[in-house]
Amino acid sequence: MRLDVDNLACRRSGRRIFAGLTFSLGEGGALAVTGRNGAGKSSLLAILSGRLRPDAGTIAVSGVGEATLPECLHVVGHRDGLKSALTAGENLTFARDLLGAPRLMPAEALDRLGLGHALDLPVAYLSAGQRRRVALARLLVCARPLWLLDEPTAALDVASQEVLAALMAEHRAGGGLVIAATHQALGLHDAMELRIDRAALEQAAPAAGADAEEWL
Amino acid sequence: MIRAGLALLARDLRLAARVGGSGTLSLVFFLMIVALVPFALGPDLNLLSRIGPAILWLSAVLATLIGLDRLFQADEEDGSLDLMTGAPVPLEGIVLAKVLAHWLTTGLPLALASPLFGLLVALDGTAMASTALTLALGTPALSFIGAVGAALTASIRRGGLILAVLVLPLMIPTLIFGVSAAQAATGGTVPFLVPLAVLTGLTLIAAVVGTVAAAAALRWPE
Repeated sequence: MRLDVDNLACRRSGRRIFAGLTFSLGEGGALAVTGRNGAGKSSLLAILSGRLRPDAGTIAVSGVGEATLPECLHVVGHRDGLKSALTAGENLTFARDLLGAPRLMPAEALDRLGLGHALDLPVAYLSAGQRRRVALARLLVCARPLWLLDEPTAALDVASQEVLAALMAEHRAGGGLVIAATHQALGLHDAMELRIDRAALEQAAPAAGADAEEWL
Repeated sequence: MIRAGLALLARDLRLAARVGGSGTLSLVFFLMIVALVPFALGPDLNLLSRIGPAILWLSAVLATLIGLDRLFQADEEDGSLDLMTGAPVPLEGIVLAKVLAHWLTTGLPLALASPLFGLLVALDGTAMASTALTLALGTPALSFIGAVGAALTASIRRGGLILAVLVLPLMIPTLIFGVSAAQAATGGTVPFLVPLAVLTGLTLIAAVVGTVAAAAALRWPE
């Protein structure tokens, strides 16, 4: 799968959030979206996931046949998309049936994230970090080429951050794409960095509002 | 696509059963209103049995509103709606599955329980049967109309009251023909089938318009 975003702009409640975002990601590519709080990182991910309409610009996907962009991606964000009253296993089974393209069984996916014992526990009983890990297990129960991660390491302990880094590396090795909005290094090797910068946006021409450079 | 719709339906039914579901609550609310009416009007059995179908219908309309405000709001708040946007099903299919689950846990139990509750307002056998039948045919319309309001208020905190103000006027036609069909069965100038056919027509229209409108409201929240 290949993703080309050209000159993307976002406006929320009449306020310009960002403009002139341009980047491309090919097979195995990764993009770290950085910027200060409120710069529009989550808005960018919302536009890509089809929950927000872009103000201008184009998003093109190729190499996935008939599928639309929202059907090619996984979102793990601040809102984890889990129902507290259902068990971790039920939540994952639901995601697996809803999203299609099943891969691992819920029990196996939870095992990978070290949460095998939580399969039959209601999500309401889990801690914030454990909930985040159940949400991350969703990445494994269905095969989708693009992962959109919004602050994926929030609330995760060091061991789980390493597990996540390994999962992302494995996903990229298989040709998958990762776009992560983050404030800290995620262990994404040779990922591009997209910095959304309000100051640059205001003084420069719209097309130069943000630039992609090598992520060190 | 069918599999995704069924998965959503099964999840919503399971949720309704698990968290003290709004289904049981609306049934209890229905019983409450119906039980209050005889206290307010006094023990005049003729009066009660004459206005009984109207009371049951009015209670059913109000009971449908219970839990309706959480229909999409709960999924919007915890991010499940983002998950559903990525499903290989159009948003219309998602709305359809969720409204169906809402009706199965709210409208259908109301229709099934209405003969029992009809005892409280002194209905005879024919009136009980006709009220139950009209409720079974008419409550899907209430769920579909309510879904539009629920989708519009999904991102508003405490949108329950706005929802009621929005959707109650739209439910008036269903209420009129539901009550007139139930009353036509026990005598009157209109044959039973005429208002019943109009009621069924209203349900079918609400199913189409409600699904499309609710999906449109959910698609672009801003």
